[in-house]
Parts: sequence; structure tokens; C-alpha cells
Amino acid sequence: MEEFLNEFVVEVWDNLSHLDRELITLEKCPQDREPLKTIFRVIHSIKGSCGMFGFQRLERLAHAAEDLLGLLRDGALPISTETIQPVLSAIDVIKSIMGAIEKDQTEPAGDDTALVERLRAVCRKSTGEISPVPVSSTGAELSRAESANNRATISEQSLRVHVGVLDRLMNLVGELVLSRNQLVELSRNQEESPFSPPIQQLSRIVSGLQEAVMMTRMQPIGQIWGKLPRIVRDLSHEIGKPLELKTNGAETEIDRQILQAIHDPIVHCVRNAADHGIEMAEVRQKNCKPSTGEIFLNAFHEGGQIVIEIRDDGAGIDLGAVSAKAVERGLISAEERAGLTESKILSFIFEPGFSTARQVTEVSGRGVGMDVVRTNVEKIGGSVELATRAGHGTTVRIKIPLTLAIISALIVNVGRHPFALPQVGVLELVRITAQNRTLIEDIHGSRVLKLRDRLLPVVDLAALLGIHDNLSEFTIVVAKVDQMVFGLIVQDVLDTQEIVVKPVGKLLRAIQIYAGSTILGDGRVVLILDLARIAARAFAPDTRAAVLEETGANGAEGANQKTKLLLFRTGKDLATHAIPLAAVSRIEEFPVSKLERNGGRLFVQYRGGLLRLLRLGADVGDLDPGNTSVPAIIFADADKSVGLLASEIVDIVEERLVLQEGGFAVLAGHATRVLEISEILGIAGEAG
Amino acid sequence: MMVTQLEACREYVSFRLEHQTLGIPVTQVQEVISGLQVTPVPLAGTEVRGLINLRGQIVTVIDLRRRLGMPERAPDDPCMNVIVRNGDEEPEGLYSLLVDSIGDVLNVHDIPILPPPATLDGIWRRICAGVFRLDQAILVVLDVPSVLNFQEEKNDEKEKP
Repeated sequence: MEEFLNEFVVEVWDNLSHLDRELITLEKCPQDREPLKTIFRVIHSIKGSCGMFGFQRLERLAHAAEDLLGLLRDGALPISTETIQPVLSAIDVIKSIMGAIEKDQTEPAGDDTALVERLRAVCRKSTGEISPVPVSSTGAELSRAESANNRATISEQSLRVHVGVLDRLMNLVGELVLSRNQLVELSRNQEESPFSPPIQQLSRIVSGLQEAVMMTRMQPIGQIWGKLPRIVRDLSHEIGKPLELKTNGAETEIDRQILQAIHDPIVHCVRNAADHGIEMAEVRQKNCKPSTGEIFLNAFHEGGQIVIEIRDDGAGIDLGAVSAKAVERGLISAEERAGLTESKILSFIFEPGFSTARQVTEVSGRGVGMDVVRTNVEKIGGSVELATRAGHGTTVRIKIPLTLAIISALIVNVGRHPFALPQVGVLELVRITAQNRTLIEDIHGSRVLKLRDRLLPVVDLAALLGIHDNLSEFTIVVAKVDQMVFGLIVQDVLDTQEIVVKPVGKLLRAIQIYAGSTILGDGRVVLILDLARIAARAFAPDTRAAVLEETGANGAEGANQKTKLLLFRTGKDLATHAIPLAAVSRIEEFPVSKLERNGGRLFVQYRGGLLRLLRLGADVGDLDPGNTSVPAIIFADADKSVGLLASEIVDIVEERLVLQEGGFAVLAGHATRVLEISEILGIAGEAG
Repeated sequence: MMVTQLEACREYVSFRLEHQTLGIPVTQVQEVISGLQVTPVPLAGTEVRGLINLRGQIVTVIDLRRRLGMPERAPDDPCMNVIVRNGDEEPEGLYSLLVDSIGDVLNVHDIPILPPPATLDGIWRRICAGVFRLDQAILVVLDVPSVLNFQEEKNDEKEKP
């Protein structure tokens, strides 16, 4: 009996998942009776099976719904929100009953009289005249037989497998990959061995098997999208905005574990779009937009990752309101607000609890708990980006890996211990030897890497892990997490491998910087480092700001210490200026054609936002027309960045800084004006 | 595990730490193994020696001397991994307890189990499920979940004023 019951539960769920979609189609195109037949059939079969198990509640409900559906199907009742709504409610109750049956194997107690009465009341409104359409009735029979036929062929091609079996298969394949790696490792040192060719062969087969098993766990993202039309429909009624949902790429397949993990974030974003993103119909009409708001879902593969976009054609995010809120919440000061880039402002939306504030949701819309969305997506190695255009709408881009189980990783040595680094976040490797040691600058104990005009913060992995290590030669792994690029010092890079991620033991989870553990080809256990956690740990926002402040201040005042200074020429007379290197975050070169003027200020589009550019002692209007590009020194702290245009970057010097009157000092044998970061930011503030 | 529950268990895997004989019910021990390469886990508590590869399964190694606050073993001294199951954990919560040496499986069918002596201090009191008085020595029975519970123990201590 239990077996039959399980089969019944699975079958009903399967059918119910199609129903929502069919019902919404029906409501939109009432003349199309095809969906009605399917719905009627599903409810009918539920009713039929209930008797066998003695589920009386379910039977009574299904019976009432079936009666109403029958009248709708035969045209005795018009199809409208009024007549469809009770059916939707009935299906909701049926779902909750099925959920309970699945759990406890018995029907839960409850009274559905009110709902049944509503269904019957609608039935009673029927005109009683059943439009006689004999041809269509045989047509229905025909199409029923036809679709039964179709179903048979589809079911012959696929079979239902318990997820537990697939998970076990995946685990076993994981083990197999490890054993394969061990064999390959052993045979690598013995090229003449007779075992080598068969091991090669085995290796290929295992790779094929691994791929095939991964395929079995893949499910189309359409599974999530199937549920959304109903949610959007209900929201549309609830908040009184006409909404339309469009989807693309429903067939894009993802590992089922990931599919489960992104379900809630996607639903959340769609709700946000409907609730806050899209304006009321009247507002839309005033702005010459179609009164029906559109939510567009798109999924596609891109570079070994899956991108999911949730786009709305609403009002866009009110950046001013968001930054005002950020000031109010003390995330930034009022002065800092002026120099904020768009991407920085958008990043506030991901601050925990930020968007729950009422004003923001009302004024700017969007973002009830976007921090939760980001946390959930990052948990599975993904990332979330926001883009918005005032009056045109907002797009949320979620990027996620294809699978969690097997990843490609760099095996690196830190203090003679191997660790694995997921390759997804790694941009490049820089080997540091005695020759190019100068690429690394030490600024008050925090190191930076000079990489093609950029200054990247560097984390000493050995120090972070508490391993003592003093290296003269080492490798820097340049990695990117979110929008942040930074370097990681490791002893050397040993290998790249496909590794099977195993969760870290319960006792080690509190350490957080490990994303998992794995077994290498030689049988050694290695820990997998979590780049995002390492970045978060190494560059905690407050410590980062503190470091900048401290080094900035000492740079100008600490008289006895040597200070690194960046020398550059600027102004009409091309006078040499200096700025403490510690305050500089990057040096960029911008094409003159890319510079934009607005209201006497100069901007450049930079990293998805606008960067304010300043010029010392000269009007921003008189840029040298002869040059095609200009260097800019970028200053940035936690919340604000600004670029200082220079005519020429001269050098970096390390000298004892003795400030004379007027902020001058003798550097590299020349009188040089030493600027302070606060001075530069002050100019930005005044002009703003 | 309470004393009453232990009464049902008559066989114990015995092992030594310094001069102390300790035991774990055979039903909780999967195997005893030595000579595996241990991967250290930086930033973990001192009790955690690292991770071992037990036929494809990654197992956390707990140094029982460190866990019990005993002096360090000399680097070259032999040691053994007692692989224990921590019942409630899925899948197969396996841990390795690092001990000095392994003794016999002791059958205690006619010896009564005694509650932990009141004079036992701190950690020992927490991890001791009971004792058996044997002819030559006293067998201290370890409560595996308590042995593995050092993180919460530390948290509790932190919360105390």
C-alpha cells in the first residue's frame, strides 16, 4: 500500500506543477479551451485515486473543483478571474494536503466547507444551458487519446529515479575520480610502465562517466520559472498593477543542488521587481510606457557559469534616495555622499537590513532583504550584480557555477603545505623573484603589488593562516572577489586539478575560511580556501579605512620615518607635487575622448560607475588638447573614490619627509608640494 | 552516555595515554590505524591535529593528550589513530582520536561500572562516562560526544563572566 501511496504522491505533484501554468494561460486567453481539458483531467484523476486511499477531504475538494471545471470546459460558465480564482484556491489547498500526506502518509484534519461552498456557488451561476458542441466533444476525446499517446512515448524515454540514488552515484563518481587521480599520479613517474596505457584509457572513461553522472543531476531552470507565473499573477492582483512575465532560456540546465539554492533568491527578486520596481499603471501611462509592467527572466550559459537575469521595465532605483538613506544610517558621511559612484551607491542595497527601512522601499523601491539574496547566492559560489537606469528599469544579474561537486582548482604551497584555490576567482599569477621584487611595495606593514599601473592590496596567506614563512621568492595569485581585485602571496603554484569538493568537518566549520576539503592524486588531504572569506577577513571595511587613515596621516607628519611618495606634475606650470603612496589606490590612464564634462565638473565612466576627476590649480576646461590620454591618480577609501588628473607621473621616491612652510618639502632634490588626501577630497567636496 | 546505558556494554577497546588506561565501547570504534599522513588545519584549535584520508573519506584527527590537557608527546613517539563513530552525525560521523598505544579489548562482564569519582577535575569529569576497577589499573571510559564537544565547551566558558 505504501508503495502505491508514494506513486500517487509523486504523480499528483507532477501533475500539479503543470496546473498553475495552464490556469494562467487560461485566464489570459479564455477562448483557448485546451488548458481546461488538461486541468480537468488532472483534478479528475486526483479525485479518482482519493477513494482508493480514503482521503475524504481531498476527494470532496477535488469533486467540487471538478464540477466547476466541467462547467467551464463545456462553456456553461464564462472564464474570468471570478470563476478561476476558486479553482486556484482549491488547488492551493490540495497542494497543502498533498504536502501533509507526503510527510505523514495520512490526510491532515481540516474543514474546507467554505471553499467547497464557494466552488458550488459559482457552479450555481451557470446558465444551465450547455452549449451543444458535439464535434468538439469527439475532438476532446481525440485529443485526449492523442496526448495519452504522446505521454507514453515520453515516458518510455525517461524514468523516475530517486534523488538519493543520484546523490550516491555522484559521491561514488567523486571517489572514483580521486582514485583515478591517484593512479595517474603514480603512473606519471613511470613512463615505461605497462600500466600506463590502460590507466590513460581508464582516465578518459572516468571523465566521461563523471560528465554523464553530472548530467543526470541537471535540471532545467524552467522548473523554477514554472512557479513564477502564479506568483506574479497573485502579486498583480494583490498590489493592483497589471504585470506580464516573460521568460527565456527555460531549458538552461543546472545542478539540482544549485537549483534548490537559487529558488528563493530568484523568487525574491521577482517579487521585488513586481512590488517595488514597476510603477503603478497611472504613473506608467503618464511616462508614456505601456500600462502593463514587464518582468523578464533570462537564463544562459556564459564562460562555464550560468547567468540568470531578472529585469523589469520599472522606474529604476532612485540613487539619490539610496545614498540619502546611507547617510541617515551612518554608512557614509554627508560630505562623502557627493563623490559616490553609482556602483558604490548600489552596493548599499546589499547592506544587511538596509532596504527594510520603509522610506527606501517606498521612494526608491527594490531590495527587501537583498543582503539575504546575495548571501544565499554567494554561499554556492555565485555573485549578484545590480544595474539600473532611471525610468527604464532595473536588472539583477545572478551568476552561479554549473555544479558544486567538482571544481577546477589551483594547488598552491603555503609554508610547505598544499592548499587548493578555486580557479574561478583567479585572474593571473605573478612570480616575484629578486629581480622584480620592486613590484611589491611595503606601506606601513601592508603590502601592495604594482601591476600594470594598478596598485593591488596583497594578503600574505601564510600570515593569515598563522604559518611562519619567510620567503625571498614567491608567487602572487591575483584574484577577484565581487568587484575587488587583490593579490595572495603563496610559496608557489604546484598544479591545477579537477577536485571533488567535500564539506569540511563539523569541528572545523567555525574557521570559515575553508570552502571544503579534498584528496589529491597522491592521497594527501588538502583544504580548499574560500577566496571571498579570505578577502572579507583581510580587508574588513573598518580596518581598511583605519589603515588608510593612519598611513595618510603619518605620511605627511611622521618626521622620522621614511615615507613613500608618488611624484607627479600637474597644473599650468607643471609643478612637481607629491602624495603619500599609501593614499593612492590606483593609477589609471584615461583617453581624453572618454572624459565628460557636466556643470563644470569632469567625469569619466569607470568600472560601471562615474568617477569624478579633479585637476589642481587649473580649470578642468583647459585640458591639454595635444594629448590623447591623461594619467589619473585614483584615491579611494571604503566609500568614495575620486581621480586626480596629472600631466605626468614622475616617480615613486622613499624619503624622510620634512615639511616646510606651505606644505613644501625637498624631494629628489626639488622643491615639491606635498598634498594630503584630505586636501584633495576637500577640493572635491567644495566644488561639489 | 550514562552509567546505566554502559551496563549493557561489556567490551571496551582499551588504550593508553601516558600511564592512564582509557576505554571506549567496541560498538563505537570502527578501527585502529597508524601511519597515515596528517594534513594540519591552520587556525583550528590545538586539539585538532589535522585531517587524514581514510580510504577516500576525510576524517578529523583529535589529539587526545591535548584535549585532556596532558603534556605533549615527544615528536618521535609512536601514536595510534582510534577511529570512532559519533553516532548522531550524518553521513557516518567518523573521527580519529590520537592515543599513545593500543591495549587489548577488555571484557568486563562481571565487573560493576562506577560513576566518575567525585575527585576528578575539570575536563576529565566532563568526558568520563564511568570507571571500571580492574586488577592492575583503573579503566576510564570516555564519552565520545563529550570528547568531541570542545568547541561548545569553550563557548560556554567564554559566556561565563
